[in-house]
Amino acid sequence: MPQPVRGAGLFIALTTPQTWLPRAGSLHAHAIDALLRSSLFLLFVFCVLAQVMLVAGLLPRREQNPRFSRIWRWIATGAIVVLFVWMTITAEHLWSTVRLTRAEANAVPVEVTGVQFQWYFRYPGTDGVYGKTKPELIDAAGGNPLGLDPSDPNSQDDVVSSVLMLPVDQQVDLRLRAQDVVHGFFVPGMRVMQNATPGRVSEIHMTPNHVGDYAILCSQVCGLGHYRMHAVLRVVSTQQFSAWMAQREAAQTAR
Amino acid sequence: MRRYVFTTSHRVVGVQYLLLGLAAVVGGTVLSLLMRWHLAWSDANLPGWGQIKPEDYLALVTLHGTLMIFFVMTAAPQNGLASLILPEQLGGRYSAGPETKISARMALPRLNALSVWLTLLALLVLLATPFLPGGAAISGWTSYPPLSAIPAAGPGQSYGMDGWLLAIALFCLGSLLSAVSVIATVLTRRLQNMRWMQMPLTAWSWFVGACMVFPAFSVLLAACGMLFSDRHLGTSFFFPPIDVVNSVVLRHAAGSPLLWQNLFWFFGHPEVYIAVLPAMGLTTTLLGTFSVRQSPGYRAGYRTMVFSTIAIGLLGFAVWGHHMFVSGMNPYASRGFGLLTIAIAVPSSIEVIQWLATILTGGLRRATPLLFTLGFVSLFITGGLTGPILAQPILDSYLHNTFFVVAHFHLVMGMAGVFALFAAIYYWFPLLTGRLMSERLGRWHFWLSLIGAYAVFFPMHFAGLAGEPRHYAQLTGTAAYLATLLPLQRFITIAAFLLAATQLIFLWNLLRSLRRGAPSPANPWNAETLEWPLTEDFLVRVHPS
Repeated sequence: MPQPVRGAGLFIALTTPQTWLPRAGSLHAHAIDALLRSSLFLLFVFCVLAQVMLVAGLLPRREQNPRFSRIWRWIATGAIVVLFVWMTITAEHLWSTVRLTRAEANAVPVEVTGVQFQWYFRYPGTDGVYGKTKPELIDAAGGNPLGLDPSDPNSQDDVVSSVLMLPVDQQVDLRLRAQDVVHGFFVPGMRVMQNATPGRVSEIHMTPNHVGDYAILCSQVCGLGHYRMHAVLRVVSTQQFSAWMAQREAAQTAR
Repeated sequence: MRRYVFTTSHRVVGVQYLLLGLAAVVGGTVLSLLMRWHLAWSDANLPGWGQIKPEDYLALVTLHGTLMIFFVMTAAPQNGLASLILPEQLGGRYSAGPETKISARMALPRLNALSVWLTLLALLVLLATPFLPGGAAISGWTSYPPLSAIPAAGPGQSYGMDGWLLAIALFCLGSLLSAVSVIATVLTRRLQNMRWMQMPLTAWSWFVGACMVFPAFSVLLAACGMLFSDRHLGTSFFFPPIDVVNSVVLRHAAGSPLLWQNLFWFFGHPEVYIAVLPAMGLTTTLLGTFSVRQSPGYRAGYRTMVFSTIAIGLLGFAVWGHHMFVSGMNPYASRGFGLLTIAIAVPSSIEVIQWLATILTGGLRRATPLLFTLGFVSLFITGGLTGPILAQPILDSYLHNTFFVVAHFHLVMGMAGVFALFAAIYYWFPLLTGRLMSERLGRWHFWLSLIGAYAVFFPMHFAGLAGEPRHYAQLTGTAAYLATLLPLQRFITIAAFLLAATQLIFLWNLLRSLRRGAPSPANPWNAETLEWPLTEDFLVRVHPS
């Protein structure tokens, strides 16, 4: 292949969003990527057209100026408005399916807690109920980073992990909290971002559909360790998840 | 002293604002270069500084953002250029007969002069914060509580944060006074019989900008007061009932951290338009001036532009929630803010299409101010077109707070705004000094800056698509796949240093032309607006009043 063609190919490859987007690992991620890709492509076409007009305006002119009459201005405005409307309708449909629905009844419940500069994940255990926590009991060094109250029977089977372990192809119902400042729960591979704010519980749900490890980052500046506040989301088979959970439950009871 | 420092002359105050903006932009640029350096080569020791610590990086980010948004993008194009040009553009030099400049003044000139001094004081307070115990604030220019409310939440969140609040409060006061002065000037000091629909688009955008300053900066001033009161007077506007910092339990009455976000962005989004509206007005006026094909007076499309400007001003107050799509806000509210944000993209698109129509059909005379105007349009389009993507809650909940957003606002507001400022300086320099700036240096400055601006900010889209969050001090030691973005970030850093170096051409041109620039004709660009000395018959033809 001649050099310029290869160069052009490389440029197109590098500027294609798919090259940059991390591997998609959730049910809605593919739809988001499709919308993002097509929007970026169409907007890029508009952008190039406009830049060509700018350059054309700078070029030396013959006598007759090109016409850009009122009709053409209307057509251009109409085209961009149509694009906006299409984007909005597609995006709002997606927003409805992803965010304006309740989590399924059989979704795996997990509580996510952000604290400078660490993520903790709590599973409610066999009873399916999150136990009480008390802020006074919070003691990360002593092994109780969330302040679980041992006097509450519901707390005793709660599993606290620093890895977000999830079964594949099953919806997960996340409730987000923060202890100290606002943190941003960001899983690029799942196309999920939601702030965790102290004093509030934010709920999101998603369905991981590819086994693998995904990075969890903090996306809201939260202090000097913001850049290293990360954790791992590990999507495993249902059997592996059950085995992991059983083992953590056993360790919890033995303690 | 009386003539150049403690004066109420609108031109001197305008120049003071521009010099203040120049100092802030130089400072803000140096800070950004330090950030870029650290992000690209995190382990390298900086000569005379040593290792940049993560908290230093965040202090750099916070100062950079605060300097650029407030002291450059607000102080220079809105407060500064309005003071410099507006009174004469409204016909001040003609109202007491031709050739008498004395009557060209702002309404409420003392207020206007006081505003620049308050702004200077605010700048000095802000620049003092790095030297306070704990250093400068680290919570970004948006200062979300509880990080900004609790001194123990991080270094710089004690005295540094108080200093930041004081600086912003002073800046709010200064800008409010300036806005009073601008509004009063437009209301009372137009040339006799100059109707609203005869005002140049620059005057319109300063007026709309000043009208936006009012609610926006009043709310920010109140929010700063509330945050200060939370920090020192025992109130709880922004505190959650229970907050645990470093295992210390803090109990307060039930406030809400989201309240700050609402108040801040109620200011913050109009602020974006306050920064860019003067640039848009200037673009409209300059494209008219530099078109060969002259139409008498103001061009066709003038009314469209005026109404678009007003629509942007009004809608600008209804879109703040698009900064909060991931905040935990009700998802139905996100839908509403998303739709309103798409709505505001329409008047902006109409303005852009009008500019493109003028550029294609006008037959442009090439000169440095025009080049920078075209550069503004180019950057405004490239940066603006990603706006409708970020306006969709579902897409923003991937791209929010990533480098994609950094690319978006640095192109559409930062770089575009700076290009418009350059256009303004190249354009009005002859009016102020009677000398022309060098066209040759201007062209070099333009083309290198344009290439540099794209080289720095376009690749940031890719880092954002890859999911790299902003405010990250370094990529090493984070999620492994982010480290693969290091070559990209290094490229951006090198481009940023070159872009900054290019600006030396501008400074050289400015200083040289001040002393040795070619003498300028009275109206070098054949402008039609009243700040330039217009011939009598032209005046009668264009401005029948």
